[in-house]
Amino acid sequence: MIWDWAFAFEILPVLARAAIVSIEATLIGFALAASLGLVLAVVRIAVPWTGWTISVLVELIRSTPLLIQIFFLYFVFPKFGVVLDAFTAGVLAIGIHYAAYCSEVYRAGFDNIHRGQWEASIALNLSSWTTFRDIIIPQAIPPIVPALGNYLVALFKETPLLSAIAVLELMQTAKIIGSETFRYTEPTTLVGLFFLAMSLVSAALIRSLERLLNRRTMR
Amino acid sequence: MGIRTLVTLLVVALGVIAVLATQEAYSLFMPGLLQGAVLTVEIAVLGSLLAIVMGVLAALARMYGPAPLRWLATVYVEIFRGTSALVQLFWLFFVLPQFGVTLNAFLVAVLALGLNVGAYGSEVVRGAIQSVARGQWEASTALNMSRPQMLRRIILPQAFVAMIPPWGNLLIELLKSTALVSLITLSDLAFKAQQMNQNTFKTIPIFTLVLLMYLAMSLVLTIGMRLLERRASLGLARGRAA
Repeated sequence: MIWDWAFAFEILPVLARAAIVSIEATLIGFALAASLGLVLAVVRIAVPWTGWTISVLVELIRSTPLLIQIFFLYFVFPKFGVVLDAFTAGVLAIGIHYAAYCSEVYRAGFDNIHRGQWEASIALNLSSWTTFRDIIIPQAIPPIVPALGNYLVALFKETPLLSAIAVLELMQTAKIIGSETFRYTEPTTLVGLFFLAMSLVSAALIRSLERLLNRRTMR
Repeated sequence: MGIRTLVTLLVVALGVIAVLATQEAYSLFMPGLLQGAVLTVEIAVLGSLLAIVMGVLAALARMYGPAPLRWLATVYVEIFRGTSALVQLFWLFFVLPQFGVTLNAFLVAVLALGLNVGAYGSEVVRGAIQSVARGQWEASTALNMSRPQMLRRIILPQAFVAMIPPWGNLLIELLKSTALVSLITLSDLAFKAQQMNQNTFKTIPIFTLVLLMYLAMSLVLTIGMRLLERRASLGLARGRAA
């Protein structure tokens, strides 16, 4: 028997609990990525001399594998006396990795703001903090929401990497079930189907969000 | 980032690796890591070739194939884009044998990464073909070219230029994804790092070297793609002028 339905239903609740951990990791990781990315993009514009440093940093983070970065944070922090549990270290690594990608998205958003908006803010004697908060960010963010959404989905699909440092998320749970029962077919396939379903749903959501935003900017 | 900066960064990365390799704390790990790096490069190169072939085939099948082929290509693209690369790797490694197909880990690695990136690539190819101006299609029709002729002689050479930058990004993603193969027992760079780390607990030297090595490999790839892009668009510009 290649596929056992009874076994599949038996492990479904266990996997569902693990799915919550995956989703938690995704949401916390993305919150970190989105906010840290914004900080990087804003600092790069507000403090010109950091531009070069930040772009090299972003290049470094984007050019090396996330898995190695996860290992790095997980194993290196204890050397400095900071012991992070696997979940925290993993989510931190994912958040920082995607912050590098997000900062480029924000940058594209800022680049699309008309020069006149910056000049008008200077003419009105607004501080750079107020300029960003009240003028630039409210105009720059809506057009890039779909791009950020794509990174949210990409980040979600990277969470199985956390299994490498034994976080009990979906993939790790599937692996444990597999090694305990010697049946890998059902758990691995179910995990695959779960990701497929989530990706298709979120792709549809992003498409409709994009349409909504287009309609708003058209008006 | 400009190509000069990238070359500078590459020189700096290689320089730091070379300097560290002379230090006793680091030189110990170099032979093993280099061995792992060779496997990483092998998987990345073969995976990239497969990804490019799959990307072009799937895009052409989706755009011009007969209905069943179109349907098949769509299912392929959705499945491989919709699930995680690690899940695909595990599925091919642990589940496929249950169906009587046992592949060795190396083949699984190349297949999973190639198919995964190929699925993303097919969208790149499709977009690039669609971005070729309508007039080019119409002119080819007016010249009584068959569809394969049009694609081969007129459309693909122009679409090629538009494809290079996004393919560059995808191949970098593929190179980085090769680290995942360490989780299906292949002793690539990431695996060697893990293994040495467990044996010696010299985390900082090991992972510093590994990160620098991946960085150097990515930079070589990025610079190569930039040069290719420059060359390809030069040809196009000349073609237009003449």
